Amino acid sequence: MDAIGIIGLTSLAVAGLTIAIGAIAPAMAQAKSITQALASIAQQPDEAGTISRTLFVGLAMIESLAIYCFVISIIVIFVNPFWNVVSGG
Amino acid sequence: MDITPDAHVLWSAGFIKINETMVYTWIVMVVLVVGSWLITRRVTSGTKIPRWQNLLETLVNILRNQIRDISEQPPDRYLPFLGSLFIFILFANIMAPIPFYHSPTGSLSLTAALALCVFFSVPVYGIWKRGPIAYFKAYMEPVFFMAPLHLISEVSRTLSLALRLFGNVMSEGVMVAILLSLVPIILPVVFEMLGLLLGSIQAYIFFVLATVYIGAATSGAH
Repeated sequence: MDAIGIIGLTSLAVAGLTIAIGAIAPAMAQAKSITQALASIAQQPDEAGTISRTLFVGLAMIESLAIYCFVISIIVIFVNPFWNVVSGG
Repeated sequence: MDITPDAHVLWSAGFIKINETMVYTWIVMVVLVVGSWLITRRVTSGTKIPRWQNLLETLVNILRNQIRDISEQPPDRYLPFLGSLFIFILFANIMAPIPFYHSPTGSLSLTAALALCVFFSVPVYGIWKRGPIAYFKAYMEPVFFMAPLHLISEVSRTLSLALRLFGNVMSEGVMVAILLSLVPIILPVVFEMLGLLLGSIQAYIFFVLATVYIGAATSGAH
């Protein structure tokens, strides 16, 4: 296999693995925080506004981890820095 | 496939390049400024107010209450900056179904600029509210050698602010583009609607995080 083939193969495999593995931990964390927030709202419905606002901020924080993985995989696929080396562009 | 509107250069002279991100940002700015001007031209304070004035009053009221709840301070000093951030990102995102319009928040340069605005506004508000000595003393809490860690956290949260907005909006665009090539009927519409919801939530999250950062700097709880 020539250099372009190796780079393409590893790029695609790594991009898929990045988003696959990188989505696991944020998914579990988000599930945990949502269940906890729902339990809290069920216990104290008066505080629903504060709880859901904090929940949204927390979800955004957690989600940014998955977004980092997505950005990395997009970079690897579309703007791979090693393409130009082998294709001479 | 283009993943960012930065790549489309519409006009260039020498090193000055006008790309799609800038043009769409200007369009959003024109919509916001002209819309606000048209609405506030005929502001009344009677019992029967125009419906567009009602819309703007509701929006400003919600933003003021949110800022007051989150930062636990009077909101008027923070409303111009934070409210502008929210309304700009909200309109940039929910104008996405308009044909030939690409949301400028799907470009890393614009989101980085917004995040840098937040980054620099935090010390400005902090020093204005508490004075430079008290503000910089907060970096030395609990002990002085924690200062580099505080600085790293400031930089990394700015980076994540920019990347979060960019990643969400850009992933929405990429998803719709891929779906259009697979299932060109009906399903992309559903995802566009999901994109409207996500865009509003991202605008709200950006606003809340900026409020939290500024509120922490002005109240002394880093």
